[in-house]
Parts: sequence; C-alpha cells; structure tokens
Amino acid sequence: MADREERRFAEVPRESVKLMAESAGVELSDELAALLAEDVCYRLREASQSSSQFMRHAKRRKLTVEDFNRALRWSNVEAIAGYGAQDALPFRPIKEGELFFVEDREINLVELALATNIPKGCAETMVRVNVSYLDGKGNLEHQGTVPGAVQTLSEDLLKYYQQVTRSILGEDPHLMKVALLDLQSNSKIAALLPYFVYVISGAMYCILEPLAASINPLNDHWTLRDYAALLLSHIFWIHGDLVSGLYHQILLSLQKVLSDPVRPLCSHYGAVVGLHALGWKAVERVLYPHLPAYWANLQAVLDDYSVSNAQVKADGHKVYGAILVAVERLLKMKALSLSVPKDRGSSAQPGSGGTIGFRVSSPGLSPPSEPLSEAALGIASHLQGPGGADTPWEDWTPVPLPAMYCELYSFFGDSLAVRFSTGPGLAGCAHSAASNSPDTRKEPPGPAANMDTTRKMPQLTASLNISPRQDGSPRTEPAPPSLAATAPGRNLARSSSSSSSIQRRNSSSRPGQRTVGPPRDIFPKARFPPPQTGPPAFSFLIGGRQMGRRCQGRRFQTSFNPPPPLSSAAPRTYSHKLPVIGRVGKPLRRWTRSHYSLHLPL
Amino acid sequence: MFFWVDQSEYWILSCPRFFILRVHAHFISKMAAVQDGQVDPENVKTEIKTEIPNDGCGNNNANSSSPGCTSLGSTSKSPTEPAEDQQTLLAVLKFLKRNKLNESVDILRREAGLSVDLDDSPGSESAEAGSAAAPNVGADGGDANSLLSRVSLGTPAAPAVTAPPAPPKAVTASGGEDQPDVNVVLSAYSQQGDPELYPLYYNGLKKFIESVLDCHRAELSQVFYPLFVHMYLELVYNNHEPLAKQFFEKFSGDQECYYADDLRILSGMTKKEHMKGNETMMDFRTSKFLLHISRDSYQLLKRHLQERQNNQIWNIIQEHLYIDIFDGMPRSKTQIDAMSGSLAGEAKRDANRGKVFYGLLKEPEIEVPLDDEDDEAENEEGKPKKKKPKKDSMGSKSKKQDPNAPQQTRIPLPELKDSDKLDKIMNMKEAAKKIRLGSDTLPSICFYTFLNAYQGLTAVDFTDDSSLIAGGFADSTVRVWSVTPKKLRRVKSAADLSNIDKESDDVLERIMDERTASESKILYGHSGPVYGVSFSPDRNYLLSSSEDGTVRLWSLQTFTCLVGYKGHNYPVWDAQFSPYGYYFVSGGHDRVARLWATDHYQPLRMFAGHLADITCTHFHPNSNYVATGSADRTVRLWDVLNGNCVRILTGHKGPIHSLAFSPNGKYLASGATDGRVLLWDIGHGLMIGELKGHSDTIYALRFSRDGEILASGSMDNTIRLWDTLKAFDDVELDDFTATTGHIHLPENSQELMLGTYTTKSTPVIHLHFTRRNLLLAAGAYNP
Repeated sequence: MADREERRFAEVPRESVKLMAESAGVELSDELAALLAEDVCYRLREASQSSSQFMRHAKRRKLTVEDFNRALRWSNVEAIAGYGAQDALPFRPIKEGELFFVEDREINLVELALATNIPKGCAETMVRVNVSYLDGKGNLEHQGTVPGAVQTLSEDLLKYYQQVTRSILGEDPHLMKVALLDLQSNSKIAALLPYFVYVISGAMYCILEPLAASINPLNDHWTLRDYAALLLSHIFWIHGDLVSGLYHQILLSLQKVLSDPVRPLCSHYGAVVGLHALGWKAVERVLYPHLPAYWANLQAVLDDYSVSNAQVKADGHKVYGAILVAVERLLKMKALSLSVPKDRGSSAQPGSGGTIGFRVSSPGLSPPSEPLSEAALGIASHLQGPGGADTPWEDWTPVPLPAMYCELYSFFGDSLAVRFSTGPGLAGCAHSAASNSPDTRKEPPGPAANMDTTRKMPQLTASLNISPRQDGSPRTEPAPPSLAATAPGRNLARSSSSSSSIQRRNSSSRPGQRTVGPPRDIFPKARFPPPQTGPPAFSFLIGGRQMGRRCQGRRFQTSFNPPPPLSSAAPRTYSHKLPVIGRVGKPLRRWTRSHYSLHLPL
Repeated sequence: MFFWVDQSEYWILSCPRFFILRVHAHFISKMAAVQDGQVDPENVKTEIKTEIPNDGCGNNNANSSSPGCTSLGSTSKSPTEPAEDQQTLLAVLKFLKRNKLNESVDILRREAGLSVDLDDSPGSESAEAGSAAAPNVGADGGDANSLLSRVSLGTPAAPAVTAPPAPPKAVTASGGEDQPDVNVVLSAYSQQGDPELYPLYYNGLKKFIESVLDCHRAELSQVFYPLFVHMYLELVYNNHEPLAKQFFEKFSGDQECYYADDLRILSGMTKKEHMKGNETMMDFRTSKFLLHISRDSYQLLKRHLQERQNNQIWNIIQEHLYIDIFDGMPRSKTQIDAMSGSLAGEAKRDANRGKVFYGLLKEPEIEVPLDDEDDEAENEEGKPKKKKPKKDSMGSKSKKQDPNAPQQTRIPLPELKDSDKLDKIMNMKEAAKKIRLGSDTLPSICFYTFLNAYQGLTAVDFTDDSSLIAGGFADSTVRVWSVTPKKLRRVKSAADLSNIDKESDDVLERIMDERTASESKILYGHSGPVYGVSFSPDRNYLLSSSEDGTVRLWSLQTFTCLVGYKGHNYPVWDAQFSPYGYYFVSGGHDRVARLWATDHYQPLRMFAGHLADITCTHFHPNSNYVATGSADRTVRLWDVLNGNCVRILTGHKGPIHSLAFSPNGKYLASGATDGRVLLWDIGHGLMIGELKGHSDTIYALRFSRDGEILASGSMDNTIRLWDTLKAFDDVELDDFTATTGHIHLPENSQELMLGTYTTKSTPVIHLHFTRRNLLLAAGAYNP
C-alpha cells in the first residue's frame, strides 16, 4: 500500500521524520514516525493544493514560494523563510550517508555591502500600448517602416540583444531553445516588424561578435552562432521581400569580418555559418573567392601543435568544419542545378560551358517566389569585390563547377570528396577522363540510382535539409527552398549575361582576383599556387539516392583520386595536412553533429 | 443574514446600532428587519423559502465550518446553540435597556420567542438538509416556525421528490436538532455495513447500470460519482484505510474526467483525521449532490436496489443524494455532460424558475445639446430602435420601459450629478461614432502591455471612457495610469484650497495641484496581493480587493485611501462597482459575496451559498442582480433587493474566473479554468452555448458595446472573438426546452469563432471595449 502512495504523491520518508526529530532532540518510535510522515505528506498536499489557488488568482502559471507561504499562513502555519530566490536551490547528496540536503551557502554580507557593482533597482513597471490588430487583421501598416526603425532603435536593440543573449547564454538549455524557437517560429515577428529588425541585428551580433561568453570554452557559443545563422536565413526566407535592403548589408558585413584577420576565429566561424545560412549563392560569392587567402591563415593555426594553441586550434577546426559544410553545399547545389536539366533530357551540353546555361532552370531549388531577384542585382554596386576593391562586383563571374571543385578539393582533399558520389550511369556523361576514378565501385547499382535522380531530385533537396530536425533540434530548419532563397534570383540575372563571355572570363579573371587584393597581402604565408584553371577535366553528378541517405551517406568512403589535370602534388599536401579534422569539433548537440562531424576514416 | 433597509430610514436607525452589530450581527439583522417595517415576516419567510437545501448548508458552512468565519468573533458563534443564544439575547436586552432604547427592547422582546425560533431554523434546516432527506421534514422536531419554512420549502419541490421514507437509521444518525458541527457531520459516516462488501455493492450497481437500456444508462451513470465519493469517505471515516485505498484504486478510473481535481483531493485523504477541516470533504458532506433523473430511470434504479436488498447503496442515495425527478424522455449523455461538473451536481430545476428582471433600466432623459454631430447621433440611434423589437439588443437606448426591466426604484440608485450627465452626453456622442461590429467587421485590438511587472500583475481595470487604467500587483500596490495625454493630478492641500477663488469658472481646474502631475500614481495601503480592481463609473473612486481580507476605496482626486472595508476575513478575490456606482460587490475565500455601499462600512447583503471560494463577481447592467462565479464550478445570480439566489448555473468543469453580462442584460458569459466559455440565458436560466477553443484559463470576457461580439482573453496568450449574435440566434428556445431545461447545444464553436489573436508572451487578463468598440486588452509581458 505504501508504494502505491509513493507513486501517487511525493512522500516524506519516515527516516527523514526521525532525523528531524533527532535534530530536535526527540526519539521517535517507528510507528510514530510513520504516522507523522504520513500526516506531513497529507498536510503538504493540502497546502500545495491551496497554494495553487493563490497562483491562479495571481494569474500566473508558476507556483511561487510566496504562494505556498500564503497558503501556510492562512492555515495557521508559520511561513518558511529563505526560499524566495529566483535560482533553483542545489539539492546535494552525501554519498556515504544517503543524506540529501539543500546547500545553504554562507553569504559574506561584508562582501555584498562593499561590492562595487551595486545592483540596479528593478526597472519601473510601465504600460505600453500598441495596436496589435487592425480590424481583426495583423497590423500590416507598420511593416513598411523597417529601415527607419533600424537606425532609431539602437538602444532598444541593445536591450533586445541583452534579452536574447541572457536567455541564450543562460544555464538553462531549455530556455535557450525556447527563446530561439520562439524568435524563429513566432508568427508575430511578421506583424511586429521592429522586433524583427532587432532579430536580424541581434542575430548578426550573435554570429559575428566575439561574445564575452566565448572566452570561456565551456560556453556553447558555437551553437548560438549556428542558431543565429539559421534564424537569419529563416528571416530571409520568410520576409525576404521586405528586407531586401538588408541582405546586401549583411553580406557586406559578413565579408568584412571574413577578410579581417584580426578578428578571432569564432567571428570567422560566425561569418562562414552566416554565409552558409544565407544560401549557397552567398557562399559562392563571398566565401569561395576568399577561400584561398583565408586558407593560409587557417592552415597556420591548425598546424600549430603547441599546447598554448590548443583552444585556438579547436576553434580553427570549427571554422574548418563550417567552411567545409558551406562549400560542400555550394558544390552540391551547383551540381544539382547542373544535373537536373540534364536528366530531364534537354540537350545536355557537357562541360563547363553548359553549367551556366543549365543553372538557369533548377526547379527543385527555386523558391516559390523569387524574393530577392531585384535585390540580388542591387547587391552588385556596393559589395566590395571578393578579391579586392579593384575587382568590381559586377565583373565577378561564377566559377564553373569543375574548376571550383578542383580548387576546393585542393584544399580539403578527401574530406571533401566523401560528400560526393557519382552515379555510375552518369559517368558516361562525364566529360573527362577523371571519371575513371573508382567512385563508381562504391555506388549502388547503377540503373536504379540513375533513374532515381530524375524523380527524386526534389526529395533529395528536402532530405538534405530536414535531417537535422530528426534529433529534436529546437529550431525549425529553414524550408528547403530557403537554402536557395537568395540564389535563383541572381541565377537568373546572371544567366542573362552571355554564357560565352563568362566562359571566357572564367579562366582569366579568377586567378587575377585571387592574386590581387588585400587578402593576399594579409596572409603572405600562403604557400600554394593557384589551382589549375585549365579546361575542366573532371565532371561528376550526384546520385540522388546516395545523398538522400543522410545517415549513412556521410560515412562511406570513396577512394577518390584527384583528377589527372590537377597537379596532384599541391592539393594533396594541403588536404593531408589535416588528418585530425574528422575527429575534432565534436558537437554538443546531436543535430549539429549531423552537419559537422565528418567521420573520416583515418 | 440578509437585511435590506431603505436607505434614508436606515441611516436614522442604524447609528446607535453599529456597536451592537458587532456584538451579534445575526440578531441585529433581524431587528433591523423588524424595526423599520420594511421587511415583514413574510419577507423573512420568502428568504428562507427560496433557500434550497444547498443554500442552507452553504450558508451554514460559511458560518461554522469554513474557515471564513471561525475567527470572526461574535458572528462565528454557532447560531444553533439555543442556550448560548438566549444568553446573548439577554445581554443585548440588558444593553438596550441601559441605553434607554426601550422601543427596541420591546420589539426585541416581542420578537424574542420568534427570533429564537427563527434563529434555530437555519441551523436545523442545514443539519437536516445535510443529513436527512426531504421527506424527513416531519421528523424534524416540533418547531412550528421552522416547520412552516420547511413546508413552504417542500411545497414546490414536493412533486419532484418521490423518494421513499428514509430508513430510521438515517434519522437517528442525524437527528433533527443536530449542530452542523464537523464531528456531527462526519458521524453520519459511522459504520453502516460490512466494509469488505463495498466494492461488491458498487460493482453490483455498476453491472446493473451497464446492463440497462442505453437511454437509461447515461442518466443512471450520474449516480456513480457521488456514490463513489460517499462510499470512499465512509470507508475512510471508519478507519478502513487499506480498503478505502483499494476501493479508490478500483473505481476511481470509472469516474468522469471532469471530476479529476476533486478525486485528487479525495485520494489524498486516507485518515479520519484528514477529513476534519478539509473543505472539499465538508462540501461533499454538507451538501446533497443533486441529480436530474427521469422518472423511468429512477424507477428502474429503485426497483433494482430494493430487489437486491442493497440497503447500503440505497442509504447513501437517500442521505447524500438529492434526486430531482422529472417526467419525460431521459436525457442523453451529452446533455448530461453539458450540465454536470459542479461540486454538488446540478441545480434544482425550480432553483432557476424564479422571475429575473433582466431588462435594462430606463435611461434618464438628458437633453443633448443639438449640433451637427448630434444630428448624426440621432440618426444612428434611430436605426437600432427599429430593430429593437426583434433583437432587443439595443435596450439601453429605449425610451420606453423594457417589459423585462425591474422597476426603476426597485433598488435605490444614486442620483445623477451634473458631471454624470455630462459624461452620459459624452458617452452618447461617442456611441454615435462607434463601429457596428459583426462577423465581417471585427474590432481592432489595442494591447496594453505591462512591462517589468515581474510576474506580479494580478488585476487590471479600465474606466468606461478608457482614459485610465489601473493595475493591481502582487506587491500590494495599486497603480493607476493615465492613458490619455491628460496627466493625473492631486487636489491641493487644504491650506492651498482655502486660497482658491471658489467663484471662478475654472474652480475645478484650480483645485488641482499641477506639481503633482504625472502619468501614473501608486496607491499604497494593502498588505497583500491585490486581486481585484474596479473603477467607479464616475471615475472618482477606485476599488481594490486584496489577499489581506480588505476591500479598499481610493479617491482618484487625492490618490489616497478613503475606506477599508473589513468583513471578509480571508482573501478577497474580486470586487466590482455597480454600473450606477455607490454599490459594490466583493467575494472571496470565505464563500460569501457581500454587497456594500460606499458609505457603509458594513455590508448591506451577504450572498451565501457557494460551496467554494467565490472567484469572480459581476454586477448586472441594471444593478439589480449580482453574478458570482465560484471554485465550486457554478455561477450564481443573486437578487440585490432581497439577497436571494435566483439562478444557479452549472456546467463548468473548473473554477470560474471571468463573467460578463451582455449589454442588453439578457445573457451571461462565463469563462473557467477549463478553457471554455459558456453562454447563459438569464431569463430562462439555461445554458445556450459552449465556446471551445482556449487551452487555458479564461481570465477576461467582454461583450462589445452592442453585444454582437464576445471577446475572451486567456492565459494561453490569445484573444478570441466569438460571434454571439449567431450563437444566440442558433439556439431555439421553445417552451419545451425552457420548461425541461434539457437543451441540445449545437456543436458550433468553430463556426462561432471569428478569430484568434495571439500575443507574443502575454497572458490576457483584462479586456475592454471602448465606447467606439475598439477592443483594449491588457496583460503583463512574461519574458
């Protein structure tokens, strides 16, 4: 019977009663203690029941110590003092004695009294009014006034930032999730656009600033940055049409951060994640051109095995991982935009020349609307050229995929390759001899996979993005199209220029971009020659199936040989300088692991 | 307990009496009633007559068992201890003599015999109601007067009650003259059978009810819950703890889910000692659980129990259940579920039969200065008037007397001051500009967010003209804000006031101290969280009720406390001003709602009858009635004139936290912790709508100015709008449903819901429609 009781209610064991009696100098018999314990339980239940009444009338959801004390007072029991603090009381066990107690720390009043940081008084209670719904509809009028709000509300912005960071960096992971989830999913953001602007600024702040919290390695500021970036992309996906002006501002600031070697690595990480979140186009535009220059810097960090460097190095690995993820998606997206039309049976024009043409129509990737098409063109003027100021944005041209892949491969080596697979059926389409690599061996039987690519393509993109959610991650992953939210617009714009000119410029402009410009000067250590920029010698396609199999897809190993046209020496040296990468940066949350851990067999 | 005295007369008579009032409120109430001649014995009788047994017990409960009065001093004396009462009486007589109040002495003497009897009647009534079935009236001692009241009580109920004579055991157990003492109440649970057989009995009945025809099963299933409770309590009382637990484990799962809260309390109670002082338990014990069962079903049950010789269950049904039998079709499960859920079952059918004057009072004729705007106003007014005969929705503007309205002078109301007239004119002008709301024109919502309230905001009120907002806080303060550019100013000090030229035109402006102008003022005075605030209609006063047991009246001219009304000795959960000012009502943990006038420091009426805390109070628009919502999950409507309970509305499944009358006075909406809003037709005393949608306690309800839209605000951070016009239209109230009270509620919550509006993280605790039908909402932001 007693255990039944235990299941239904909290119970005070008789041992506790005995102990308390002992401490008061009374010896209790077992029966007496049992009786007392039971009565105590009953009285406790009674008191908690009546205390809930005080809670209800105070129109709260949270039962406070005060509520309980009021209930006690009205039933003529002395109130219990000392439990009014906001923080949870630590309840500690003593192993030997099976004794549990509430830690009652001694407080040095002198210290408190002489403390220099005098706590500020509570903020004044006030009433603020806002028209929430006009004629029963969300208040749309105010949404037009965003840009003004950005400039005038800097103080509020700070407040908001404080709110967000407090909840996010607080000890309570649940609170953090709630805070971010709310920011992300709350539909009110749309109606209250001023808030929403804070979100962007706040998110930018979170992404980029070397938060004080990141000094302490225990603080999970990485996750914060990830969240913030996702939030950013979410905002842009949902409200892209409203905030187009912000888009380039953000790109610009991210770019600045990235090219500033003085910034700590966590800021760089933030920039990369932010770019990643803004879509693969952003990555292609900003990150990719910076990569060669940036690489040297990163490499230097990663190569330093000194103990004092350990923390920085771990940070470096984080950045490395982020870049890898960003770049891989860039490749995938490019590949997808390339392969889809091809599979549709349009006149496939293999080779680099065709890539641009095909990207025009990539149905699986286009967002339903193209919110940023105008903005994308607008970006042009004020973004500084990726390689340096002397290269105007307008002159920038997308790098053909194979070339891009080659270059990236030169950086990342196999760790990049594992993200790719090539359908055997597509090998035929492959342009160069590179396709003779043993990729095909590991692929599932050809025909099926090949046929699937056509049909499964949209599914493939979906699976790419949904996967993190399966772990109960708190954020709502940006809907698949959002990944490309920024992209297709530019895509279209870009494609309107003649493909031939792009083709032509391809070989000439890129090396120039990389060699000239501040990043070069900043990282004089860069020791690698520009990768091959000759005629594309490698082509590949993604097997939709393979990519869709998210959980396993990452793990399989391709013994991928660098394509012959690449100078095999240089890239390999870089890539194999990083043997430990697969193991570092073990993420704290499961859902991030799916993104960042690489499972590189070593 | 209720005394109503004509105001003018009362003032004259009552002055020397206040002292006595403290000595023995009960007697004085009788005396006052007798002396001023306004309340004749007839009135006293009706008072008792209309008290249904539930009331009697509740009344009693409030006096003796509930903590509300145990520490009340003299009033807490059990009125049913004759010896002691007589002593008190003698003392009072002596006192009167000493003070040469011979007239009073005579009257009191003359009344003495009667008053002793009268005094006994509530006690015996409740004891009897608590322990013996209605037919036991005869066994109820020889007191003629109480018998009279008994009989008069019995008469209307008699056709309904066909319960056979109770077994003699029950009579001896309770007796006619018992005190409603805890022990006595409990002793009714003394051993009556083999405790081992209880599960068997219960199971037998369960099997039987499961085997009867479908149409009867739903009705008879109502018996399960009260039976279960009483059997369990009986086991506990007789120290069969293991058996009681077994019994609970075995059968608690069968009970309706809406009794879960009570079951949880019950399950915690496993010792006889626990039963003492447990309020819920006392509620079960002292009140009869009321069931409506059709005659056929009842006969079925009766036959079964008699055939089986199942005395145990039959006894419990006799003692603790009140079965209201009706002729006609048995009700369906949904019909039953709609009405049940209250702590003590449903209301007796005749409890809601009395006439309620729900119409609005005639507005005084005020000459509106004619100008262009007012021409429009006249036109606007003209339209609704044409509609009026059909819909009766614009009653407030009628120039003719509403047939359902009470007499203009039924309740003495304060005279209109010039400033009130001005305000009325303003009101009419504003009303002319108001938006006609409807399902296609929804109101705009303006949200007043309390920032930095630290979870401490407990109550909010707006003035009718929406110029001021008041908040009650858990830190015992009341804060008033001006929401217009006009700042709040104090009146100058007395010394400064004497320097003012009182003849000047702008004297009202001159008396204000400009230096004190500020957007908000804080009122300090309470010593506990403030749970209710209410502005007077003329915006001169503010009322606040608090956990400290007082209601305070604040002046909004000086921003000081004028009066602390002490009467509730336990937390006062709510207080509200009458729409005409002067009166206000308060209700709290002591289960008694009190009606006060601002210039009396004692209550004018005490409305006793609820079985649990009164959680919210609301005045009817015509000021003649008061509605109270309670944690016993009923809403009651009380007549201000005579203190009678005229409506008992059951159907909620959780404590009721908000009430709202429709502007035409015809309907009442109530919201509870169960997240449902129920709509009631006051005239018929019927539930006419159920609005489902909220997922948490509804703390705010408000009809639009024309009554077309109901807004509800909840803890779930949403405001929902409901199409009440449609809700009221959809229900057809034919004579049959009106008389039987068995209504089929249409399942149309989704159709009626016009919109859901979410806040970011702000529970909505108050709603208000401005005179132009803009919806104002208020709540504290909970980050």
